Amino acid sequence: MTVDMSQFYQVFFEEVAEHLNSMESLLLGLDVNAPSIDDLNAIFRAAHSIKGGAGTFGFNDMTSVTHVLETLLDKLRKEELALRSEMIDAFLEAGDVLKAQLDAHQNGGDVDEAIITAVCEKLEALSASQDTSAKPKKAKKKSQPAAATTAAICHHIEFTPDADAVLDNLFAELSNLGQLEIVENGADKSPPRWRLNLSSSASESELRETFAFFAQPDQVIFGPANLKLEEDDGYGFFTDVANPTEAANAAVEDEGFGFFTDIEPPPSEPAGFERSPGRRAADNPVADSVKMGRRDSDKVAVSPQSPDATTIRVNTDKVDLLINLVGELVITQAMLAQTSAHIDPVLHENLLNGMAQLERNTRDLQESVMSIRMMPISFVFSRFPRVVRDLASKLNKQIELKTVGEGTELDKGLIEKLADPLTHLVRNSLDHGIEMPDVRLAAGKDAKGTITLRAFHQGSNIVIEVSDNGAGLNRAKILSKAKERGLPVHDGMPDQEVWQLIFAPGFSTADVVTDVSGRGVGMDVVKRNIQEMGGQVEIRSESGHGSTIAIRLPLTLAILDGMSIAVGGQIFIIPLTFISESLQPRIEDIKSISGQGTVVQVRGAYLPLVALHKVFGIPKAISEPERGILVLLEADGKKVALFVDELVGQHQVVLKSLEANFRKVPHVSGATIMGDGRVAMILDVASLVRINQDLAMERQCA
Amino acid sequence: MQATQEALSSEAMANNEFLSFTLGKEEYGIDILKVQEIRGYDAVTVLANTPEFIKGVINLRGIIVPIVDMRIKFNLGNVTYDQLTVVIILNVAKRVVGMVVDGVSDVISLTSEQIKPAPEFGAALDTQYLMGLGTVDDRMLILVDIEKLMTSSDMELVAQAGA
Repeated sequence: MTVDMSQFYQVFFEEVAEHLNSMESLLLGLDVNAPSIDDLNAIFRAAHSIKGGAGTFGFNDMTSVTHVLETLLDKLRKEELALRSEMIDAFLEAGDVLKAQLDAHQNGGDVDEAIITAVCEKLEALSASQDTSAKPKKAKKKSQPAAATTAAICHHIEFTPDADAVLDNLFAELSNLGQLEIVENGADKSPPRWRLNLSSSASESELRETFAFFAQPDQVIFGPANLKLEEDDGYGFFTDVANPTEAANAAVEDEGFGFFTDIEPPPSEPAGFERSPGRRAADNPVADSVKMGRRDSDKVAVSPQSPDATTIRVNTDKVDLLINLVGELVITQAMLAQTSAHIDPVLHENLLNGMAQLERNTRDLQESVMSIRMMPISFVFSRFPRVVRDLASKLNKQIELKTVGEGTELDKGLIEKLADPLTHLVRNSLDHGIEMPDVRLAAGKDAKGTITLRAFHQGSNIVIEVSDNGAGLNRAKILSKAKERGLPVHDGMPDQEVWQLIFAPGFSTADVVTDVSGRGVGMDVVKRNIQEMGGQVEIRSESGHGSTIAIRLPLTLAILDGMSIAVGGQIFIIPLTFISESLQPRIEDIKSISGQGTVVQVRGAYLPLVALHKVFGIPKAISEPERGILVLLEADGKKVALFVDELVGQHQVVLKSLEANFRKVPHVSGATIMGDGRVAMILDVASLVRINQDLAMERQCA
Repeated sequence: MQATQEALSSEAMANNEFLSFTLGKEEYGIDILKVQEIRGYDAVTVLANTPEFIKGVINLRGIIVPIVDMRIKFNLGNVTYDQLTVVIILNVAKRVVGMVVDGVSDVISLTSEQIKPAPEFGAALDTQYLMGLGTVDDRMLILVDIEKLMTSSDMELVAQAGA
């Protein structure tokens, strides 16, 4: 172990996480009654790759879990056992344990040994159980040696173990595979040389995998195998390519043999397939590179090898840098365009043509660079089959999850932030929306409820809907709860306003608080999270037919629709999502209250008036509201009228962090760069609507 | 403690290069490796509710950079902004900060013998931000630990814990 493996840890972690995810989604997609062999193979491959990687990096706890997992999977894909739903449960549990272990290795920490043991025992018990219903299917695929499952081959194996290998484990594993006989005990020799006879149905490559954890491959020599039973598939491929003299040499010469095994046809098991291309590529026949070859192949083995791997992993910092640079280019281009506008078009036709070309190219470039950060929403959706499955069985409900528009793309930053609110909404739908099967049947509906996750684009927004065909929101119940809590409601309220009540903090109509939901925390958090992303939440509900909660988000976090306003010669941006309207007040609409605050009457309602020039202490601003403009802002259910000099225009602005090089500025959520290259502040509307409360608090404290 | 720190810093500075700049009649030096670039003074965007010496922010090739005017901060020199006003863009503590000074002179190489410990008084800056005094011929450079200064609570550039 002269190579420092720790530099590859990150690759391994990402790789394993990927394998675990694909394993989980495949498991959830399996049809218990008729599992597809391809899927089982794919799951096996994933488990096997994890085991291989974990072994290479010395994470033996993960190796041992994957090993029992693999054993059971192997029996399944060879159809020695029939798939049962408790197996899927056990696999999912094992997946969770592996995730925990991975996390422990990645971030430090420990995994509860008891859980690991429990899962291992469960898997072992399942793989030991004889299942009579297993349907022996004769028609095997491709190069799969059907015989391997039944024929025991006597392998003669000679090997020198690694110095630190625990041979008891090896022998235990080999004994699992078949009848083990130790011909020559090498423990007290130097170098230790062991000779074994093993009667097993396992093919040579499978055995090599086992040995891989205990000895260098070139230190393991397989002598010519003898067949114990009649079928010879397992043996056949061995001699197919073997030139007899070479084979003879190989048996004597370690290194030569090392190559020989590498040019064998695709190994009998698909699991080996993933490793072999790398191994073959690494082992170019330079005699003294055998050791190097092995190391290289191991590295290759942990990097993605799937044939459809057309993606590359790039650090997000690099992408952000690229986006910044392109943003800069767009601004420069805009500046050039402004300058060249005064040029005589007849004299400088070429220059102006070039400018037009530059404009097109920059726009295209900006679009494609922005799309790098876009990811399909399936990254969030993919976690829900598991959530729904677990919760449905916990609540004894029958639920089908449908996802529509998984390919819809949105900004990576949004995807990460969307996971929690969406999980909450799905759990809510499961717990409160979908009724118990008997209730559903009584209502004349299918006993199986449906939850639909749908994502689609609408203008420059993305809309994500969580809908269920359950009972719908209970208007009367919400109203009575709201009255109980003293919220200002009346019976004639429009539905939309009633539904919005469920976003009030602490509001819950659940009769029983379960560990799933009903505590009344959550919907307000969901709404706040979505608003922080610059989005909105809408509810549609029909009693008896279910409800739909729609999240409307801007396509990307980096770009924001904003209204630019001017105060005393300075430009500020207000995110458009918070603006409900703007108006020019009449002098008689402005009233002052006890000499301290000012309110404005808008269609019968009194709104507090916040003068931006006072908030920011800007000189030379218009100080009489009737000469300026009032922008009505709404956030967190509160409304204020913001008094500014004038509205300038509507823009899409690129969000920039102010805090990267500076600190937080009160009432400013960030900055952006305007078309002329100047910096403009983006107003923090949520803090502006609270400004009067904050002032009142200060007065109270003073 | 003080002595070891000084010993350490003077050792670290041995044969270091310093960018010298002027504030009023005083000449200062900062570690050249902390300097990203030098540029002229552009229009800034004013930040609300910040002290007077924080002039605002500028757009430096797509990043937002705060600008502080050292002349206002330390009451040195005439605060005028014209074509000769210089902004030194610093890269300190993973942040980019611009500071306005009266003028930039040159880059000076100093050996550890040329750097003397700073006395308690004598400069507009608190002694804790000084690395020492450098002497070149007849000139005296006040060597500033610019990273320590820019991240200090005095400058109000960094969010202070608990503030």
